[in-house]
Amino acid sequence: MGRQVTGAIPDTSIFDLRLSLRGKRLNRLCAALCSPAERDAFKRDEDAYMTRFGLTDEEKALIRARDFKGLIDAGTNIYYLLKIGSVTGNGLYKMGAQMRGETYEQFLSTRNISGAT
Amino acid sequence: MGRIVGGVGLSHVPSIGPVVDRQRTQEPAWKPLFDAYVPVREWLARLKPDVALVVYNDHAADFSFDKYPTFALGVADAYPIGDEGFGTRPLPQVKGELDLSIHLAEALIYEHEFDLTLCQQIAVEHGFLVPMNLCFPHQEKGWPVHAIPLQVNVVQHPLPTARRCYRLGQALRSAIESYPRDARVVVMGTGGMSHQLQGRRFGYMNETFDQWFLDQLESAPAELASLTHQKIMEEAGAEAVELIMWLIMRGAARGRRVHRHYYAPMTTGMGLITFED
Repeated sequence: MGRQVTGAIPDTSIFDLRLSLRGKRLNRLCAALCSPAERDAFKRDEDAYMTRFGLTDEEKALIRARDFKGLIDAGTNIYYLLKIGSVTGNGLYKMGAQMRGETYEQFLSTRNISGAT
Repeated sequence: MGRIVGGVGLSHVPSIGPVVDRQRTQEPAWKPLFDAYVPVREWLARLKPDVALVVYNDHAADFSFDKYPTFALGVADAYPIGDEGFGTRPLPQVKGELDLSIHLAEALIYEHEFDLTLCQQIAVEHGFLVPMNLCFPHQEKGWPVHAIPLQVNVVQHPLPTARRCYRLGQALRSAIESYPRDARVVVMGTGGMSHQLQGRRFGYMNETFDQWFLDQLESAPAELASLTHQKIMEEAGAEAVELIMWLIMRGAARGRRVHRHYYAPMTTGMGLITFED
């Protein structure tokens, strides 16, 4: 069997090893947020928390700006991004609306049954 | 003797967890989904399974990219509830079936040459727990079946091919049937169907693809195994590639199709299909 991923897909990030390696620091930070004490530490001092995980200045700026599309492009896996979303009060659909370039309300209006949240 | 009594393919959308925990299942937006599981639960109660083998993927609750297995089998007496970044859900821990896990590890590695990663501890999360919630409602003291997690890399490419997954399912069937003790096993393939959770294509769904996949899963699963990851991601969204886990279930479970349902309210085509072996 030949290669399984053969080309870019428009408006889509394909999370492969190269992207995963680029996002290593970001994904390690996100993974640590799977405990209440770590979430508290992030909320207490976000900059210190980012420094602890060795984020670059560019990576820190993406988190400060809550730039979810930028974080995905920088190698944050979507399931890891959800943990940053949660600790900063941005649920999946809010992050999704931002990635689509829409307001939350605009995004909801595109759904079949927007009450299923 | 071990025996597969049924197979279930179903989606594992995380928002279902809090809906169960907060008893919102009868709200209009959620009722169609939960109603579809009423006959499935009755059917499962008749089948009287001892063990659910749950094929799922972790979402960064307990597995990390520092060391990321392609196929990981739980080999434990019990599986605790994980915290995937939103707090730990108020659920009882899940009892394992250690003797069957050990048998599966030995049979799959020695006889079928599937070199699984073996895990003595796995904290389970929505990928595993939402299917359990939908099929096997828990009580305060525990769940009505024991369970074994089989965690698959469907997140960091290169992923296992669809064909490899289908073959693993076939090997699982043979391994379960060579278990010398009595065990009635339901195999659950979880994840999907169409969805994409990042990029400008966030929220993309494709019901036509999903219904075709359900048709093929029933009538021509071996052909479905030739799907590439590219094709699945193009047609159904990047995160829809989880559907390769349904092929592990279908490689293991034979027999007639019993239930089928589809509901796509928000960002995920939520499919359900069952087979009675």
